[in-house]
Order: sequence, then structure tokens, then C-alpha cells
Amino acid sequence: MTATMPDILVNVIIFVLAIFIGFEVITKVPPTLHTPLMSGSNAISGISIVGALVIAGMGEGTLFDIIGVVAVIAATINVVGGFMVTDRMLQMFRRDTDTN
Amino acid sequence: MDTRLLMMQLAYLLSAVLFILGLKRLSHPDTARGGNQLAAIGMLVAVVATLLGGEIITWQWIVGGLLIGAVVGGFMARFVKMTAMPQMVGLFNGFGGLASGLVAAAEYLRYTHGKVLEGGVVVSDVPLDSSISILIGTLIGAVTFSGSLVAFGKLQGVVTEKAVKFTGQQFLNAGLFLGILALMGWLIISTPGAITGADPSSVNMWYWGLWGAAMLLGILLVIPIGGADMPVVVSLLNSYSGLAASAAGFVLNNNVLIISGALVGASGLILTRIMCKAMNRSLANVIFGSFGEAAGKGPVAKGEKRTMADVNDVQADDVAMLLAYAKQVVIVPGYGLAVAQAQHKLRELCDNLESRGVNVKYVVHPVAGRMPGHMNVLLAEANVPYNQLYEPEDVNPDMANVDACLVVGANDVVNPAARDDPDSDLYGMPIIEVDRSKHTVVMKRSLNPGFAGLDNELFYLRNTMMLFGDAGDSIGRILEEVKQL
Repeated sequence: MTATMPDILVNVIIFVLAIFIGFEVITKVPPTLHTPLMSGSNAISGISIVGALVIAGMGEGTLFDIIGVVAVIAATINVVGGFMVTDRMLQMFRRDTDTN
Repeated sequence: MDTRLLMMQLAYLLSAVLFILGLKRLSHPDTARGGNQLAAIGMLVAVVATLLGGEIITWQWIVGGLLIGAVVGGFMARFVKMTAMPQMVGLFNGFGGLASGLVAAAEYLRYTHGKVLEGGVVVSDVPLDSSISILIGTLIGAVTFSGSLVAFGKLQGVVTEKAVKFTGQQFLNAGLFLGILALMGWLIISTPGAITGADPSSVNMWYWGLWGAAMLLGILLVIPIGGADMPVVVSLLNSYSGLAASAAGFVLNNNVLIISGALVGASGLILTRIMCKAMNRSLANVIFGSFGEAAGKGPVAKGEKRTMADVNDVQADDVAMLLAYAKQVVIVPGYGLAVAQAQHKLRELCDNLESRGVNVKYVVHPVAGRMPGHMNVLLAEANVPYNQLYEPEDVNPDMANVDACLVVGANDVVNPAARDDPDSDLYGMPIIEVDRSKHTVVMKRSLNPGFAGLDNELFYLRNTMMLFGDAGDSIGRILEEVKQL
């Protein structure tokens, strides 16, 4: 069979499998880490920056430049702010070696 | 596939792998910081790959956008107070949703502006899967954006934290949602014709109308959520921002977006489920429920209205005496601790007690505060080691042996009605059973009910003492008294 699968089907397969990976990877998060996990994963959702960069760089005219630059700014705030604030939080977490 | 494209795809695969490894490490305290850094490297790889391989023609907008975004994001991340973390995450969430939605918007407008070419000819027939992806991406992105902004406003105190409800709200939301679906259907049918027709911009207006309607829906969905339910909503919006990124991935046929978005979507859903479980409520009940409205059901309505005369009102020196000579003390922090920014003083007090030989345990309820893990971050900032924090089920069995519980700005999570009163809205929610300890001290600004709008029988129990005032001031005064003992 040489027929190729349509893109949409490939995409759905990848999406569903990735959801399952997500559930497997992030089971049993200790409550202590709920906030950093949320802000860290939130930074990952800024991956839309990849799409935003392409729009801002395709030189298709003013409308696309505006949409692109707003998208790049929003995504970059999400990515840079998200990872940095997560790091700032996580460096405060420490274990007390004296007890338990 | 040419080499450049191949390299770019492989780089994207590397980013996806780094995200997965990073998230895996983020769920263990000892490896979490490294995990976050790994994910950040993954993001850098994806950005560099796109810049090198993505057929970039103009650079000025990219460089300008990246610079502005990095400075603003970096500044916010560096200077935000730990107590303001929930609104910070809410805001970042919104920006992520906006970016994903705009990616979908640009793709739609490329079709209607005749910018999508195939063999040098303008594509007139938008494939069904593309238009569906674009419209769903727009919907999720816009809802995430406006919903997160409302959540930010509520947490920041710009918008009322109370649940805003009005009659016909559910019908309005349902009607709006159906209207949005109809508009999406219409856009799918009309767009190809409009591209080949005389006036492609006629559909653009309706497309932006979809943005407006979706943003209105986001506002209407979050505005009825009360402050105490915020952890659920923040988690849910976190999940949405992931799904929005995934949808943008469907639009662009880009696997790294689909995978990363799905990972975040799953992680947000897990947190949402944990939060719902901690309140013993279904997600539907949080979003659509009439929580706290049935105030007439509480013990207050059953009997007479309670007043200050019914409570045991004490002063700091009484509390100092109680704590200093106790063997086992349990601290229950709540949102009031964040409001008063009293985490450092609390830590100081507990250190002093421990130096006297008092055994101190911090017990954190999963939904204490305004986002999952809110209290843990505050206490970490105050240098409390995370292995000194306990979960309710760790201490509840031994509660009868606890000499004193100090409740700092928590309310619903210690309300015995959740255990005893089947008529209460809280009934069934796991609580920290401080009422079973020998003495309980509740720090509160006034007798006003908590954000759930429910009275708390705990305040009127015989072994409960109420210490009124700002939590920071109160803890400071207790500390002074303890030092003099």
C-alpha cells in the first residue's frame, strides 16, 4: 500500500499519543510542586512562538507584520517569563536534611 | 525533503523530547529545577531551528518582538511577589493563548488575502481540515486569552473576586456557544467562495466577529467563578493554553506544537482533576454550579444569627502562652497568609517555638490559596523546607493529640460542616480537622464568611479562640509575647 495518510490523520494520531505521554509523565505530582509544574508547563505552551516567528518574518504586508509582532511579543513574554519565574520559585525549594 | 527542512524537523523532534524529559523531572522536587532548564533549552532549540530553517524574509519584526517580549517577560518574572504568583501565571497563560490564536488568524487571513499559492496560483479552496483547525484554534486561543485576563483581574483585585451571577446566565452562555458554532459553520462554507469572489474581506469581518464572540465567551465563563474556586479555573486555563498551542500545530501541520500543546493540556487536566477531587466536586459543578448561593442552608440560618458575643475573642498573649507551652502545634495556612504577606513572620514564630522544643507541622490543603501549590511556594520563599509540609491525611488521624492548631487566613478548608452537615455546600470536601484538636486559634480579619460565602461553625466552638486583625500584625505580636516568656 503506497497511499500516504492525510496530514490531519497523522496530526490526530500524534496529538492523541502525546496526550497519553503527558498523563504518564505527570502522574503523582507532589502538591509541593503544583505551582512550578503549572508555570513551567505554561511556558512550554508558549511553543506557539514558532508559528509567531514565521508570521512575523514572512513579509506579506502590514496586516501580517502587525499580527506577527503581537504574536511574537505575547509568546515571548509567555516563554521567557514562564521559564524564569519557574526557576526563581524552584531555587527556593529546599529539603531540610536535619529532619526525616 | 531538502536538508534544511530535514534538519529543522529533527531539531523540533529534539525539542519535543526535551519537553517530555523536562516535565518528567518537574514532577520530582529534587530534579525539578533541572527539568525546567531542560524544557527551556528545548524551547531555545525550537526557536533557533525556526529562525535558521523557516524561510524568514524580514527580520526587523522578529528581532523587535523577541526583544520586547523577553524584556517584559523577564522583568515580570524577576520582580513579581511570590504572593502574586497566581495572577502572574494567569497572565502568562493568557499571552500564550493570544499567540496561538493569532497564529490561526494569520493563516486564515493568508487564505482570504490570496497569499496561499500552489504552483503560482492562488488557492481558492480552503481544505476542510485546514479551516476546521483554524477556527478551533481561534476559538480556544481567544477563550484562553480573555478568560485568563478575567482570572488575572479577579486575582489582582481589579475585577471582583466574588462570583458574578445573574439570571439566565447559563442560557446566555449556551446561546453564545451555539451562535459561535453556527458562525464557525458559516465561515467554513463561505470562505472558499469569498476568496474567489469580488470581496474577500467580507468574510474577514465575520472572522474577527468570531474572535469577539469567543472572547466574550471566555469572560462569561470565568466571571461567575468565586475566589475559592480559582485553583480549578487557573488549572483549567493552563490546560486550555496547551490545547490552543496544539490547535495552532494542526493549523501549521507542525508536530512540535501539537506534541508540546498536548503535554501541557494533559498536565493542566491532571491538576484540574486533583483540585476538583480536593473539593469533592465535579468540574461541571465548579464551572456551572451555584456554589455559595445557598447561604441559607448553613448552621446560621438554621438557628439564630451568630454575633461577636458567641465567639471566644482572645489576645496575642493568650495565644503566645498556648503555643509556647504546647508539645504539638499544627499550622494551617490559607489565602489570608498570602494577603497579609505574613509567611516570613510565620516562619520566624515557628522557628522560635521549635527552639523551645515545640513540634511544629505545617499542614497544607490542596486548594488552600488561589492556585494549586500556592501555599507551598509562599512557605518555600520563607525558607520552610518542603519536607516539613504535610497533607491533611497525614495529620488528621493524630489530630486529637495536637495541642494547638493555628489557622492563618484559612476558612473553608477547616470548616467542620464539610464533614458533618449534609446540607452544606461544602459537604464531602476533605478538610483539615482542626476542630478535633485540643485548641484551635483562628486568625481572621473579621467574622465575615470566606469566599465560598459560608459561615464556619468552627469559629463558635468552645475550644476555638478567635484572634482578630491583620495576620501579619497578629503573628508579630504573638512572636513578641513568646520571646518574653
